[in-house]
Amino acid sequence: MPPDAFARKRRTELGVAAVVAILVALLPIGLHDVYLQNVLILTLMYAALSQSWNILGGYCGQISLGHAIYFGIGAYASTLLYTHLGVTPWIGMLAGGALAAVIALILGYPFFRLRGHYFTIATIVVAETGLIAMINWDYAGGAQGIQIPYGPDSWLHLQFARDKLPYIYFALGFACLTWFVSWLIEDSKWGYWWRAVKDNAEAAESLGVVVFRSKMAAAALSAFFTAIGGSFYAAFVSYIDPDSVMGFQFSLLIALPAVLGGIGTLWGPALGALVLIPLTELTRSYFGGSGTGLDLIIYGLLIMVISLARPEGLTSLVALLGRKLITREPASAGSGASS
Amino acid sequence: MSAPFLEVRNVTRRFGGLVANSEVSLTVNKGEILGLIGPNGAGKSTLFNMIAGLYPPNEGRIFFEGKDITAMSAPERCALGIARTFQVVRSFDSMAVIENVIVGSLVRSASAGEARRAARRVLELTGLARRAEAPASELTPPEKRRLEIARALATQPKLLLLDEALTGLTPSEARDGVELVRQIRQDGVTIVMVEHVMEVVMPLVDRAIVLNLGKVLAQGSPKEVVRDEAVIGAYLGERHRAA
Repeated sequence: MPPDAFARKRRTELGVAAVVAILVALLPIGLHDVYLQNVLILTLMYAALSQSWNILGGYCGQISLGHAIYFGIGAYASTLLYTHLGVTPWIGMLAGGALAAVIALILGYPFFRLRGHYFTIATIVVAETGLIAMINWDYAGGAQGIQIPYGPDSWLHLQFARDKLPYIYFALGFACLTWFVSWLIEDSKWGYWWRAVKDNAEAAESLGVVVFRSKMAAAALSAFFTAIGGSFYAAFVSYIDPDSVMGFQFSLLIALPAVLGGIGTLWGPALGALVLIPLTELTRSYFGGSGTGLDLIIYGLLIMVISLARPEGLTSLVALLGRKLITREPASAGSGASS
Repeated sequence: MSAPFLEVRNVTRRFGGLVANSEVSLTVNKGEILGLIGPNGAGKSTLFNMIAGLYPPNEGRIFFEGKDITAMSAPERCALGIARTFQVVRSFDSMAVIENVIVGSLVRSASAGEARRAARRVLELTGLARRAEAPASELTPPEKRRLEIARALATQPKLLLLDEALTGLTPSEARDGVELVRQIRQDGVTIVMVEHVMEVVMPLVDRAIVLNLGKVLAQGSPKEVVRDEAVIGAYLGERHRAA
């Protein structure tokens, strides 16, 4: 691909994203059902969270199953700052993001000496430890959690008791932001370095990549955006307790869309969230329960089907269909000419 | 007298009880192609990896352009101008060919765009330009060897270390490889190559160093080395004496 073709491909990606974002922005016009609005908000939020996870897990290849800790840090940081000090959640989410990034660096210092499964296990353990710490921290509400006091609807306080629309647009903005960051990453120094680290760390080092520092940068960026999602979620549900923002299910729900859609790809997380989150919500409402059983079985089935049929994720399916369409066109034109 | 381009001084490396390199000393002159040869287990790869920075020696020091690089990491050496290829190719298989090369060119580029342009030039030099957008995993074995060299070249090295880059190629592929190595040297890069196949190395190198049992057995021009009694005894065998 000559240089201008590459530039065109990058511009096309931006264009497609803009069209998708505008279509989603128009969706609420015909969507008045509160339940469906909730599904839309959660889908957008998990698309953004998984896109954030994808920075570390997808591009850099460091599979974390402990991102719930960053999600929880974001939720607690903005909520505590708001309820105790009256700080607006907008500043709270930046503080939470910064704190999560610092924690990610502190954890990364020992953890990035571990490889593969050992790293993943360490992330699970530390997230569980964080969960237990929050349960026992009274200032943060302990096991009972914190209720965000109701006030009038306000963008400043990110509170909308009667109207879901602002949350939809916040979640959409968040999804667009994380997508755009990933788009920037894909043609940046860090992006190439992270993928090199994932594919072969020793070869990367021989080409001047400082592997340890690369992993640290990916972890900090990934944690920052995950925590912003946590702050948003806390404002959205307006009541948090340790299990409802730091439970292991969040680590899974943050990682799975990217895995399902295509790990380390630009569109994978969004595509995965689009399939996974509505499916989760629908099974919950049709089969009842709090999602402790059936939705997990469905995750398992989905992962099995995908790993057997399309190990590279759903985006590879889209690419395959695209290739088929392109190759069919000249073939049918040829047969038309001969007849 | 100015410092030698690369100097390995009394280097010893042990793996457990095995002494892979024992008090090895050698120098590399700027602009030459140096062949590092010897039988299996002679310690070629160990020496090579210590120069590249994969692991440090237990004793001794390594100097590059007068600087002591003994304790430097591989990325630091890359920044100084030392690049390497791997004996078993290690392409970044989830990335396109050009992206593999961009990883290398980034170390000398201010932006990703500049790195991409530099990578394209390197691909043209190494004959991989028409495969630029192919996934690295789809390259043929000789193409993968070329990609190893292209990636290393993209870091704009002063010293290029080739670890059996011409081994396992068909005779015509090997001839192409030899041409590429000559071209790289003509562009001002000093080359140290570890090789097994004497027929390939000897016409190509200016100087050869023969290692045996972790020590330098002989060094000199290819002609001198193949006539050396000790080399014939330890490595080449009697049939070479007749030739």
